[in-house]
Amino acid sequence: MAATIRIPTVLRPAVGNQATASVEGSTIGEVLSALAAQYPAITGQLLNEDGSLHRFLNVYVNDDDVRYIGGVDAPVADGDEITLLPAVAGGAA
Amino acid sequence: MARYSSVLELVGNTPIVDVSALSPNPNVTILAKLEGRNPAGSVKDRVALSLIEAAERDGILVPGKPGQVLLEPSSGNTGIALAMVCRLRGYHLKVVLPTNVSPERRQLLLAWGAEIIDSPGSEGSNGAVRLAHTLSAQHPEWTFLYQYANPANPAAHYQHTGPEILADVPEITHFVAGLGTSGTLMGVGRFLKDHKPDTQIWAVEPPSGEMVDGLRSLEDGYIPPIFTDNHGADLLDRKVVVRPKESIEWTRRMTEVGLFVGISSGAIMAGAVKCANTIPEGQKATIVTIACDDGWKYLSTGAWSDDIDDVVERAKKIIYF
Repeated sequence: MAATIRIPTVLRPAVGNQATASVEGSTIGEVLSALAAQYPAITGQLLNEDGSLHRFLNVYVNDDDVRYIGGVDAPVADGDEITLLPAVAGGAA
Repeated sequence: MARYSSVLELVGNTPIVDVSALSPNPNVTILAKLEGRNPAGSVKDRVALSLIEAAERDGILVPGKPGQVLLEPSSGNTGIALAMVCRLRGYHLKVVLPTNVSPERRQLLLAWGAEIIDSPGSEGSNGAVRLAHTLSAQHPEWTFLYQYANPANPAAHYQHTGPEILADVPEITHFVAGLGTSGTLMGVGRFLKDHKPDTQIWAVEPPSGEMVDGLRSLEDGYIPPIFTDNHGADLLDRKVVVRPKESIEWTRRMTEVGLFVGISSGAIMAGAVKCANTIPEGQKATIVTIACDDGWKYLSTGAWSDDIDDVVERAKKIIYF
């Protein structure tokens, strides 16, 4: 099953400056591991050594933060859009 | 009562209005709490007053004593609210502000006598926080209230915003608010979980992480200490990201129910609509959202009048959220 990953500016140098990438996987953990296998330079910026998500990385499946829907076990379906966003300071609320 | 001895008595007790005409689900009521009715125009009036009153209680600040200086990083509303309170209390406020906020925010800070210290626009609020820390270390004589870590921030919402919501909407099933400092979500969320534990707490993430170009690496990332101190990851039930375009669309749609609100309020309404769409058929729900401020500070963005794609492009360069 293929999903599209939207890559934020800060991570693009590690993936050949692409804004999106297409990867296979049925869970978030599998998808991120597949992306790291394709682009080794991004390893360590997605998952920690124990397989958990990087502290300053927010991962969304179709706009839902995966930390609240199963974490790295959150399911990914064919055609889903995955967005990676760095955790940054806000201030509006 | 309509007569008050100080404008600070007008902070809080904001009205809640039914905006269900915009609900995508006929079984879901959506209500918006109008924080733009606060005297300096946003939900941050509650935070600013709480931060300053706590510092005065602790003896860190003394009203009327000359020469007291406060420092705070802000992308706008907290700075504006602090500037108003500081003007009344006689403190000098220095606000560390990214260069790319909307010009109205800058003007309002100046109107209330605050001093602006510019931080790089490309670094967004992260850059303002970083510069404030550096300046605070160089000037220990300045009072650094630091809204992102000060427990008086969520306390304002635990003590006031949360109880106001539960008193006005006892049937609440979901609370949806924006995730900035996380003060609103941590304070109201904790109050609702303590007093009506079944209430679902949803966070709306503005798309700022997509638009801040100045990050050198993920290690420049930032999680507000308030969020970790209050076990935010356990408190929240769900978190959704809202895109710039849908934020503008829902900011515009709020005018259909007579509300002229700021762009972060449109983003939060978009999140409330996503929440309403998850309620199963035949089930009723009542969602309360926060309208953080009114639209006046964003008129220069053309958000209501210009081509929406042009506005979205501009949103990548100017901090609207």
